[in-house]
Amino acid sequence: MVKYILKRILMAAVTVLLIACITFGLMNMVPGGPFLSEKAPSQAVLDALNEKYGLDQPVIVQLKNYLIHAAQGDFGVSFKMQKNRPVTTIISELFPISAKVGAIALVFAVLIGVPIGCIEAYFRGKAVDNALTVISTIGIAIPTFVVATMLLILFGVVWKVLPTVGLTTWQSYLMPCFSLGLYPMCYVARLTRSSMLDAIGQDYIKTARAKGLPTNRIIFKHALRNSLIPVITYLGPLTAYILTGGFVVEKVFSIGGLGRYFIQSLLNRDYPLIMGTTIFLAIIIVTMNLIVDILYKVVDPRINLTKGVD
Amino acid sequence: MKKNRKLLALALALGLMVSLLAGCGTQTAATPTPTAAAPEAFNLNVCIASEPNTIDPQLNTAVDGATLINHAFEGLMKLDSEGEIVPAQAASYSVDDTGTVYTFTLRDDIKWSDGEPVKASDFVYAWQRLVDPATASEYNYMIDMVVNANEIMAGEKDPSELGIVAKDDKTVEITLNNPTAYFLEIAAFPATYPVRKDVIDAKGDQWTFEDYVCNGPYVLTDWSHNEYMLYSKNPEYYGVDSLGPDTIKFYLMDDTNAMLAAFNSGELAFIDDVPTNEIPALKEAGTLTIEGQMGTYFVCFNTEKAPFDDARVRKAFSLVIDRNYIVDQVAQGGQIPASAYVPTGLSDVSPTDDFRAVGGDYYSVKTEDYEANCEQARQLLSEAGYPDGKSFPAVEYMYNTSEGHKAIAEALQNMWQTELGVTVTITNQDWAAFIDTRHNGDFQIARHGWLADYNDPISFLDMWVTGGGNNDANYSNADYDALISAVKTSSDRTERITKMHEAEDILMADMPVAPIYFYTDLYMINPNLQGFYSSPLGYKYFMYTSMAA
Repeated sequence: MVKYILKRILMAAVTVLLIACITFGLMNMVPGGPFLSEKAPSQAVLDALNEKYGLDQPVIVQLKNYLIHAAQGDFGVSFKMQKNRPVTTIISELFPISAKVGAIALVFAVLIGVPIGCIEAYFRGKAVDNALTVISTIGIAIPTFVVATMLLILFGVVWKVLPTVGLTTWQSYLMPCFSLGLYPMCYVARLTRSSMLDAIGQDYIKTARAKGLPTNRIIFKHALRNSLIPVITYLGPLTAYILTGGFVVEKVFSIGGLGRYFIQSLLNRDYPLIMGTTIFLAIIIVTMNLIVDILYKVVDPRINLTKGVD
Repeated sequence: MKKNRKLLALALALGLMVSLLAGCGTQTAATPTPTAAAPEAFNLNVCIASEPNTIDPQLNTAVDGATLINHAFEGLMKLDSEGEIVPAQAASYSVDDTGTVYTFTLRDDIKWSDGEPVKASDFVYAWQRLVDPATASEYNYMIDMVVNANEIMAGEKDPSELGIVAKDDKTVEITLNNPTAYFLEIAAFPATYPVRKDVIDAKGDQWTFEDYVCNGPYVLTDWSHNEYMLYSKNPEYYGVDSLGPDTIKFYLMDDTNAMLAAFNSGELAFIDDVPTNEIPALKEAGTLTIEGQMGTYFVCFNTEKAPFDDARVRKAFSLVIDRNYIVDQVAQGGQIPASAYVPTGLSDVSPTDDFRAVGGDYYSVKTEDYEANCEQARQLLSEAGYPDGKSFPAVEYMYNTSEGHKAIAEALQNMWQTELGVTVTITNQDWAAFIDTRHNGDFQIARHGWLADYNDPISFLDMWVTGGGNNDANYSNADYDALISAVKTSSDRTERITKMHEAEDILMADMPVAPIYFYTDLYMINPNLQGFYSSPLGYKYFMYTSMAA
């Protein structure tokens, strides 16, 4: 197990390094640069800016310098969006905000999504199942920005019961977290339902029934554990994305999180910020994937982690 | 039994829905923060834009950054609510007979937010910092009329040789190369505001985040990045007693729908932008304020490449643009159809006359004349060798990605194709790439827009001199260059303005650009908010506002 984890960590490091190099290359191939604006700065100013931020070097040298500095924890300063502010400061300031909203949304999605899936499976083919299926399908089908905007208009503008801007009070978390968590909640419910139905058909469940165990115990104890694997697989990357910020939700509710920086940094050609956010997301995703693999083992002891790698 | 099951299912489903929504709905008691609290504390909440790129006076180039800087800093001069340039940190100023030496005497009661007195040397430092190549300020050219500024910017002289000296702690003397009509306006421009050498030496680039010492009416007391910036009254400011809001909270938002929602819910008393598709409805409701802005939206032809190396072709393409249609049906923001390049709002010889009004129209933008314009355009195209648009090569119009620009691009494409019989394709690039492409001349026709830096038509005209850094049309005309050069070295207002009119005559005869409309500034303001004003450059001033009951 320990050997496996170490091996995975090493692979993860290589993955992140590759992602960093590829992003750096692509980013420099995209036309345009961080210092161009409608009012063109003079060549002297451009030269001074390029020199100041090291862009006067060949790209390969820039990459080398970047990696050397990054290895020491220095990810450079933002060129544009928060001019001259260290990227690490920006990310460490914005990530907790996104993570807080994301974590609440995630907990909400799992705590409600999984039981709904179980209920659907339990009442398979009955009215309850049908009704919940309709609701969860709608939840999957409606885009987040529609949900977010509708909530904003109803609760913020028409009824004026919830604040529309920022995250100041606990009430201000309600709409963003619900909008962010609705889709995963419904998706988790659908996943749980189908894998639960698979599990219910298994022999050991029949055995449990034959032993005369009560149905709810069978469903929530024996079947659930085995039907969680697809859910956990889905939760890995989902957690990474949801923690680093829902771009749409942060925009609609004016939350100063990390989400919009993924896109904005690219549009602004804010090179260090593009690199910083990309590497950060990559690290979270590989970490989550690792955790998911370990969790497999926890929910299903039959899974042998070391096998298949060696 | 079956019926019961169904009922149960329904109840469950409903219960679930309610429990989900209840989380959002039960907090009716908690109302959003009111805009105006108790009478003794007036906390103003506004939104002018998203997170500023910088609030360093010498590094900022953005309008929203300038508004924020105007609340925290003050220059030698300032713009008052009447639109006049009046002394600010300077108590008085004098100009010598040559019009090139300005002497500013500072007020006795001016202090930095940390209690230190504001000295003449603070201005000297800031101005030198602005042109120092090491600062890499994109607005350094704003003071290119000061002695040695150009040489310092080019790295040929040391910043200490700039024509600004502190005669003593309270006297700043600035020497110009030539008399400059709009120099006092420059002395009120954010890039020329004083900054503290000791603070910047100690904190470097981080000073705006860690030790934002300022000398203006408000101080930045809380900055939650991407969320809000809270400004409180600066107790050290000499005019602190006449200030309005106790605090001004600038919310940092980039979604116009969210801004509108927050304005409608009463959380914000001012928003500087609205969703484009809401403009007609808001105009109808009368809640939208539309102000003139010194700027022109235009298309730019690449005058070096065929077929747009022929002025007749460019003129034909300009004449068939139905500006009224674009303004009324597409842009819908109360813009003014452009009949020339220099927009309205800039002063002529007499400051009360408008340069545009005196200069007049270069072509008719009346709806009833549109057909005649089109006829003339077809004539011109025919003279250029393309009767009925035949044999005219397919050309491409390029714009930077945005819904608004796209709609205008489609309208233009339609007008050019129907009226001239030519084939036009449209394409877009994201902003950073677009700027690069246009600057490199890799286009045939491109969208362009220009906002004034100061109230002088030269701000629009000098960009089209041969080889100019912003001359994306690659336009070149020796007569034009000579006129602009004469304007820049002349001290006589009448002569300058006359020559600028002549320069515009040449520009509009050669038509390297086809003006479409003059920009407007759209915003929404709580009708009870009084004492607000904005400048023609789009800067917003909240420091003297009050909220009527």
